[in-house]
Amino acid sequence: MKRFHWLFVLIGLLGARIGLAQGLMVDPVQGSSAAIPVAAVPFAFEGTGMPPDTDVGAVVAADLNRSGQFRALGRADIVEFPARPGDVKFATWRLLKQDFLVIGRISDADAGALRIEFELFDVAKQARLMGLAIGARPNDLRGAAHQIADLIYEKILGIRGAFWTRIAYVTATGIGQNTQYALMVADSDGFNPQTVVRSREPLLSPAWSPDGKRLAYVSFERGNSSIYIQELTTGSRQVVAAYRGINGAPAFSPDGSKLALTLSHSGNPEIYVMDIATRRTTQVTRHFSIDTEPVWMPDGATLVFTSDRAGKPQIYSVPAGGGDVTRVSFQGEYNARASLGYQGKTLAMAQGSGNVYRIAVLDRSRGGAGEMRLISPGSLDESPSFAPNGSMILYAAREGKRGVLFAVSADGRVRQRLVLADGDVREPAWGPFRQR
Amino acid sequence: MNNPMRVILSVALVASLAACTKKTEVKPDEPVAQPTQPEVPAVVDDGKYDASDLDTDSCLRQRVVYFDFDKAEIKAEAEAILKCHGKYLTDRPSAAMTLEGHADERGTREYNLGLGERRGNAVSSALQANGGQASQLNVVSYGEERPTCSDSNEDCWGKNRRVEIVYTAK
Repeated sequence: MKRFHWLFVLIGLLGARIGLAQGLMVDPVQGSSAAIPVAAVPFAFEGTGMPPDTDVGAVVAADLNRSGQFRALGRADIVEFPARPGDVKFATWRLLKQDFLVIGRISDADAGALRIEFELFDVAKQARLMGLAIGARPNDLRGAAHQIADLIYEKILGIRGAFWTRIAYVTATGIGQNTQYALMVADSDGFNPQTVVRSREPLLSPAWSPDGKRLAYVSFERGNSSIYIQELTTGSRQVVAAYRGINGAPAFSPDGSKLALTLSHSGNPEIYVMDIATRRTTQVTRHFSIDTEPVWMPDGATLVFTSDRAGKPQIYSVPAGGGDVTRVSFQGEYNARASLGYQGKTLAMAQGSGNVYRIAVLDRSRGGAGEMRLISPGSLDESPSFAPNGSMILYAAREGKRGVLFAVSADGRVRQRLVLADGDVREPAWGPFRQR
Repeated sequence: MNNPMRVILSVALVASLAACTKKTEVKPDEPVAQPTQPEVPAVVDDGKYDASDLDTDSCLRQRVVYFDFDKAEIKAEAEAILKCHGKYLTDRPSAAMTLEGHADERGTREYNLGLGERRGNAVSSALQANGGQASQLNVVSYGEERPTCSDSNEDCWGKNRRVEIVYTAK
């Protein structure tokens, strides 16, 4: 137990030091002792040039830790540094009470690239579970490490890892009329933050295209809300909705061809579906209440959305082509902004009770109305966004006057804070799986 | 968007909730009462507002309407403001305004965009009931994106749940 705490302090300090330079600070606030112990040894460098700055083993360990499913052995407790299968002494790792061991090495590949080989061992069985090699540019060793963490996660748990993914979020710096907004994209651990767009007017509701190449978002830069779609690699963007009234809450369909959105040009906010190629919109809901925050079920046939048609906001579903509306959330006086977990069996939402807003997860896997569970401890928690494998949820919270992001395991056991060193961070959106 | 006028007017509003004074009489300090300057045409007050009243009239200078949590009903305290601005729109058909709807930080951002618009629409309806024309009124919702106060308490939330009247043509 004691060792475990030290580990977290160490990671916290490391995170703080590196994070400040990078923009986001990763700061674990709560861990789990029920997690699987794993040791990731620093990868040996066998190339000819300068050793890289990135410690691949440490990035893998931090990823596994962050999931809440694993508890990585602290760097200070790693006493042996096997680089090849023949160097591994299982007795040492059994003594350290590790269930799994990861080793690896980095060598030169063609045209300045690097080759990273790694092995995963089951310590008790003294067996090699996996051995693979992946290539990487020297400046993308973190990306390679995230891919390795994904493979290890899947090998042990049987669920595809989501560490090699990106997140989008909005920052606000300065106060009052001098506030500057920025839509940012970073790695899932907060590293490599990049500015997508800056604005002196509010930005909100970023949404990823299923291929991870585009972001839709709402900007007030034209004086009213309008929806933009922007290519991440080129930065080129287009206004796709700038009607009178609200243009909000964009969400790409699972096949990427359509955008669900909220428009109020009819007089009050309704859900629409836009064919992105033709920009033609079809109205989905027709009710005098506020209907907004649509998200697509994985089959692309159903939308889940927020409506206050029963008085207070609750979550509902409707066929994407329009039709009968079905209420989804029944527990809690205020439920809004749903995010769908893996295969749509679980829904995260912002749940309000009096002045307290927290993230609730509704598990519908056993049928019926489902079971609702609160997984965040704050007082103004909102904007939940599931990782594509459903294992973690990003959400926005307030600390004093400042907005911060938290990543919490889907069961609520492990929570980590991602803080921008300066200003307000909000509106997180976890991107899709990436293709190699 | 961030015109200084709005800030000044907000400050003026905090000062008092003075009663609406309709201009029905000629005030003694106006030029009409000064025969030493016969070249100045006499102002015949017809009871109608003119553009300068936006800066001087104690009712017209109030440009913010406040709301209860998750509500868009106009409160009794706002009726006087809506009456005088409705009359101004009637008196000056060329005048136009944007009604900026806002919400407090509680609840989700997109839902609050809807709530801000609902409040803006409520003010727009009330102004039309008081003589304004729909063509003079434009509603823009900022939701919770432009708070005037950033503390997480009822005092602040109450200040943020508002519709701001911003004249775009006098």
